[in-house]
Amino acid sequence: MAPIVSVSNLSKTYASGFKALRGVDLDIEQGEILALLGPNGAGKTTMISIICGIVNPSEGEVTVGGHDVVRDFRQTRAMIGLVPQELTTDAFETVWNTVSFSRGLHGKKPDPAHIEKVLKDLSLWDKKDNMLRELSGGMKRRVLIAKALSHEPRVLFLDEPTAGVDVNLRKSMWDVVRRLRASGVTIILTTHYIEEAEEIADRIAVINGGEILLVEDKAALMTKLGRKQLRVDLAQPLDRLPDTLSSYNLTLEGDGNCLIYDYDTSAERTGITSLLAALAEAGIRLKDISTRQSSLEDIFVEIVGAER
Amino acid sequence: MNIEAVKSIYFFEMARTRRTLLQSVVSPVISTSLYFIVFGAAIGARIQEIDGISYGAFITPGLMMLTLLTQCIGNGSFGIYFPKFTGTIYEVLSSPISMVEIVLGYVGAAATKGLMIGTIILATASLFVDLSIAHPFVMLFFFVLTAVTFSLFGFIIGIWAKDFEQLNLIPMLVVPPLVFLGGSFYSIDMLPPFWRAVSHFNPVLYLISGFRWSFFEISDVNPVASAVIILVFLTLCMAVLTWIFRTGYKLRN
Repeated sequence: MAPIVSVSNLSKTYASGFKALRGVDLDIEQGEILALLGPNGAGKTTMISIICGIVNPSEGEVTVGGHDVVRDFRQTRAMIGLVPQELTTDAFETVWNTVSFSRGLHGKKPDPAHIEKVLKDLSLWDKKDNMLRELSGGMKRRVLIAKALSHEPRVLFLDEPTAGVDVNLRKSMWDVVRRLRASGVTIILTTHYIEEAEEIADRIAVINGGEILLVEDKAALMTKLGRKQLRVDLAQPLDRLPDTLSSYNLTLEGDGNCLIYDYDTSAERTGITSLLAALAEAGIRLKDISTRQSSLEDIFVEIVGAER
Repeated sequence: MNIEAVKSIYFFEMARTRRTLLQSVVSPVISTSLYFIVFGAAIGARIQEIDGISYGAFITPGLMMLTLLTQCIGNGSFGIYFPKFTGTIYEVLSSPISMVEIVLGYVGAAATKGLMIGTIILATASLFVDLSIAHPFVMLFFFVLTAVTFSLFGFIIGIWAKDFEQLNLIPMLVVPPLVFLGGSFYSIDMLPPFWRAVSHFNPVLYLISGFRWSFFEISDVNPVASAVIILVFLTLCMAVLTWIFRTGYKLRN
């Protein structure tokens, strides 16, 4: 199937001379959740802004649903819902009016039943007549999501949707995102919270310095780059590693109180069984054993760090 | 054509007028009434008729223009500046809507509001003085065209303005002197020859003069020249807007 969003050779240089994007290529598949990870100033928001039509590209091409975002902006923008990073709202408008306004802007006829459903899904129904300035930050965030969903988009961009949002709201937001995906909506989210990407995304793209460093299936990425660590706490500290254990990739840490063993779960043999046997043979007594999977965050730091 | 979007912007803007009814409607009525009391009743009682028109009636078209210009520039600029200021402009820019449609929505609402207030002032004025309109269609021509042109001009200011100071610069500092010196309260025939000549460089003189002609068939300049000036200014505003949209000036860069 053709990608729903296709970015090719996209560059953006701002009037100040700042190069925000450098020849980005990225295909986003229909119905997936893609997490766009990157440090501040990596180019995430610029890329989203170009796809949505807020910023003009300097070079390159973007298509949404097969339509060019500059030439056929009516078709592409009608398909897209955008939840911006900043909590920008019309302070003096009511929730109902501002969400209905968004629907109209996207060329859709008024549909109170749909607006009602969106507001109820986001637990905003009892606030529909409140002015936006009366709402808390988390509520405003939900209003922005409601606005983006008001015109039934096929592609939804969430730019740092959970910044400043409490745990409960975050959970309910991810429920909404999952339901949307189940209904066929493609979702692209940017986040600083890597555990979120780990939890919800199908694919991960890492962007830094205006370049896409990698795009990978989340599971594949975790296996490919995900190493495991075995930590062995010792009953008595060791001064140095016994020679019999030198063939293992071991490091002695914590003043000789624990051994760290790096291994690869995708390898044919992890070497754990023989390591434990060798330890017993060397007469080393163990206090505890634990393993740890490197997280997406470690992977991310590794990739972005390597670039610097 | 995305009619729904134009309607949305238009009614969204008009809703703000309803919310700020006191400020947007009552205050111009009060200030016009004050002008009538001060200029019409107090000073006007000592001024003879100008070209056979009572002074109170004479100043009515000028007062309407003063309000129309200030209101249209103010509304046109605020309408687009406010979303820029709060950041909600992102939504308009990411909607399937052309720049022409954006202008139709914002400028249409600003002009409507200006016309509403102008009409209210005309009604208020008719409480103070006897008014008759000799050429209603010419009057409407100037009334509507001025509202549209200066709403467009306001829209351009709103896009250009970086902060509230810039936003208020032209409506506060440029428009009042032009209107006051453009013959709102006097005929330029009353001026010494030098200042009469200088007045001809003031575009607002032509607007007020043409507008007044439609009421009383008296004018400082040829009404045709007035019509040409307003059309030229309208064309100029549209040309600047076209350039803004082509380049994305201050909106998409």
